[in-house]
Amino acid sequence: MAEVLERVTKVIVDRLGVEESQVKLEASFKEDLGADSLDVVELVMELEDEFDMEISDDDAASIGTVGDAVTYIQSKL
Amino acid sequence: MKLEGKVALVTGASRGIGREIALELARLGANVAVNYSGSEAKANEVVDLIKEMGRDAFSVQCDVSNSEDVTSMVKETIERFGKLDILVNNAGITRDNLLMRMKDDEWDDVININLKGVFLTTKAVTRQMMKQRSGRIINIASIVGVSGNPGQANYVAAKAGVIGLTKTTAKELASRNITVNAIAPGFITTDMTDKLTDEVKAEMLKVIPLARFGEAKNIATVVSFLASEDSAYMTGQTLHVDGGMVM
Repeated sequence: MAEVLERVTKVIVDRLGVEESQVKLEASFKEDLGADSLDVVELVMELEDEFDMEISDDDAASIGTVGDAVTYIQSKL
Repeated sequence: MKLEGKVALVTGASRGIGREIALELARLGANVAVNYSGSEAKANEVVDLIKEMGRDAFSVQCDVSNSEDVTSMVKETIERFGKLDILVNNAGITRDNLLMRMKDDEWDDVININLKGVFLTTKAVTRQMMKQRSGRIINIASIVGVSGNPGQANYVAAKAGVIGLTKTTAKELASRNITVNAIAPGFITTDMTDKLTDEVKAEMLKVIPLARFGEAKNIATVVSFLASEDSAYMTGQTLHVDGGMVM
């Protein structure tokens, strides 16, 4: 968990240019981290690369918060 | 050279306008993936010509209306050249008929290749271009997509669709420094237009202010402009390259 969260956080900080302290599990990409829809698509692409997995469009649509991303990735590892 | 080190994928590049586009981009320094559907020998000829110029090229068979084929074509291009800077959506067919006689499959074939093909290929390259934070997408539409043309309901609908798709894609991708523009060629002498009757050709000539048919090269040079830094501040546009036919 901790390791996945750490890697996800790094991707989010790099991609969205936010502070690490803002990346909380309950933080919504769009509401809290200032991402637009294209940012979210891009973020999902980067997570796919980071964790070497494919995230289907349907699954990607259900990822709205940092916690969603972490939970999803852990379930696939 | 203004495209030195760039990588381009040109669909429908074995013949006609696409062939000239592939050669022109290579002349200006780009390495080129030469897509073809049926004409393997012709595509390989284009590859050989590009290699003679000292650039790298390979031919890749793909039906652009098939999502899986398109994905693997784009993947192969990126694996081979390490990146992808320029996509030219040029592949196209005609199945002309009067609306009242047009069969469903004539409509579907043209929409699938000329419109869905552009959608699929654009979608497939976007990931790479977004990562690169740069890209040039150039769609070859047609002047009839602007003006309409009797006997070409399917083709005109597809080409008008490409112009709309160009604008939307341009808006979606602008923030990632990817520009998307279209070219609307008029009457260009190719295998596709050779099929028209002399009567039709004579009629068309009457409405072309420059009073001559265009050559594939006339389109290729505009593509190279849109592919280069020279057009950096243009996106979502459709350039008419038609001897003044539609203003």
